Amino acid sequence: MSVTHQAITDRPRPRGAAFDPIFKWICAAAATTLLAALTGIVVLLAVGGWPALSKFGFSFFTSTDWNPVTEVFGGEGPIVGTLVTSFMALLFSLPIAFGVAVFLVEFCPNVLRRPIGVAVELLAGVPSIVYGMWGLFVFAPFFAANVEVPVMSAAKPGSLLDQLTQGVPNGANILTASIVLAIMILPYMAAVLRELFLTVPVQLRESGYGMGSTSLEVITSITLPYVRRSAIGAVMLGLGRALGETMAVTFIIGNSHTLPKSFFDSGSTIASTIANEFNEATTPMYTSALIALGFVLFLISFAVLAIARALLGAEKTA
Amino acid sequence: MLKRLTAVACAALALGAAAGGAKADISGAGATFPAPVYAKWAEVYKAQSHVQLNYQAIGSGGGIKQIEAKTVDFGASDKPLKPDVLAANGLMQFPTVVGGVVPIMNLPGIKPGQVHLTGSVLADIYMGAIKKWNDPQIAALNRGVPLPNLPITVVHRSDGSGTSFLFTTYLSMKNPTWSSKVGGNDSVQWPTGLGGKGNDGVAAFVKQTLGSIGYVEYAYAKQNHMTYALMQNKQGAFVPPDANNFAAAASHGDWSKAPGFYLLLLDQPGPASWPITGATFILMHKQQANADTGASVLKFFDWAYKNGDAAAAALDYVTLPAPVKALVRKSWAADIKGPNGQPVYVSH
Repeated sequence: MSVTHQAITDRPRPRGAAFDPIFKWICAAAATTLLAALTGIVVLLAVGGWPALSKFGFSFFTSTDWNPVTEVFGGEGPIVGTLVTSFMALLFSLPIAFGVAVFLVEFCPNVLRRPIGVAVELLAGVPSIVYGMWGLFVFAPFFAANVEVPVMSAAKPGSLLDQLTQGVPNGANILTASIVLAIMILPYMAAVLRELFLTVPVQLRESGYGMGSTSLEVITSITLPYVRRSAIGAVMLGLGRALGETMAVTFIIGNSHTLPKSFFDSGSTIASTIANEFNEATTPMYTSALIALGFVLFLISFAVLAIARALLGAEKTA
Repeated sequence: MLKRLTAVACAALALGAAAGGAKADISGAGATFPAPVYAKWAEVYKAQSHVQLNYQAIGSGGGIKQIEAKTVDFGASDKPLKPDVLAANGLMQFPTVVGGVVPIMNLPGIKPGQVHLTGSVLADIYMGAIKKWNDPQIAALNRGVPLPNLPITVVHRSDGSGTSFLFTTYLSMKNPTWSSKVGGNDSVQWPTGLGGKGNDGVAAFVKQTLGSIGYVEYAYAKQNHMTYALMQNKQGAFVPPDANNFAAAASHGDWSKAPGFYLLLLDQPGPASWPITGATFILMHKQQANADTGASVLKFFDWAYKNGDAAAAALDYVTLPAPVKALVRKSWAADIKGPNGQPVYVSH
């Protein structure tokens, strides 16, 4: 035993081997920094939001009273607004992302494959403030004139459609905010879905076609079942991005802290509320209420990402 | 090796030079409303004195937080701090320029200045108590004006803002219901309407919504050719929003009787005074840890008081009357002390 040991230590060590442990520690430090930063943020949000959470208790989640003058804060409006706009965005964006991905994988002529792929990636690179400006100055007036006004004048007073389209026809509402959000999360979901579809073994798809299946049948009975779980994960990633989106929504949602009562009603989200008010929140309770909202958003995002991770992980082991 | 050493030495020298230069620089943060004029002043001042002003327009609340934390040499706020708050934080404040808040509207067939409003009626509109443009209360102020039968859409700022502070405080002064139910602040719980981010957000919503009313800083209303309302002032006269009328309101403010320069220029007397007028303020620590820094900040604002009026007027700001500037200079000498207890800067 000791002989072998000696043999190893006697062998000339490769140049730079002494650096290896240092390299290991540098990598470990990088990873630890990340964890520490995350923990720091969570602790900071929890501690900073605690005065508001402890003072208002459960009513912080169930009250729409958001009054900086009397310092009574209830976050139900922004919390519900966040969930509603994000899920609506998902609803609009999913079919399109799916269509883009299927087209790229199944039907796209090779010449077009790269340009469309690049276009999708470029869409992801547009800064969110640009979507906000576009939403406010271009999309909102267009939507108001071409969708809101016709729909609202066509709706019979008192009908369900009338109730769902109450509001001011100026394009600043939860529906337009959701549509802008949908455009923003589209490239992420399309890109991930495309990657997923490409993981389906060619033999599987080819044998489907060989048995005389149509493209639709191959997609629904071979491709989709193969990537099912991961696809849900991709959707969750899109949702996670929609939840935290700030500037674009701030410009176009109308920023009222009440619960939205119709699609054409204005609302607010957690991120837009913080962006709007944090700078001017001078009293400790006001600041704390905004940080508490941030904490709630963090919990929601965490839950979404955890579900996505679980689904993606389950796919790998299956 | 020698090469590397030289490079390091060069870098160190460069850093040292940068640090040496940075000593003379002054830093400030706060209100967005005066940011354009501070930037203009800083540009001209740098050409003459080689002192650079770094001003971050992060909002009044941010400015107050930053100066309290001493991360900047001065803070800037559209909302003056009350004397007791100043004292508690060892701060002093002084006004720099004056501006006005203007109600803007989008009404078909109505020209700028055609609609007359009072503070109380404006408050009722923002309460949601007056819902239509042809409401008898508005019609009574506007005989002969073809007010449409349109619902009123209220637009307010979604972000906390000194503009909102002036506007809501003015509504509180003129309407008891507003005062008890909403109050005056940077952000309030708006009873109705939708919020636009910043002056441009409010202006965009008003432009896009028939029958809407909003409020913006004067420069925005002027540059965007918005339909503005005439407001009734304390003497009962209906006046248009313009620089002369803001100056008229500012001239009636009695700064000499305002401890800590805590003075709102809302609803001032005088036949021409625009009722929603306000000054913007600079906040500094009374006890300066570094006398040189304090002096260079005051030197900058003294220079701006003496030479900056034309630049400010070109950007649609109203400058302070000479007696007010004299009062401020006196306050600098009396209140801002260096570590040795001596005034850091005395204007000549």
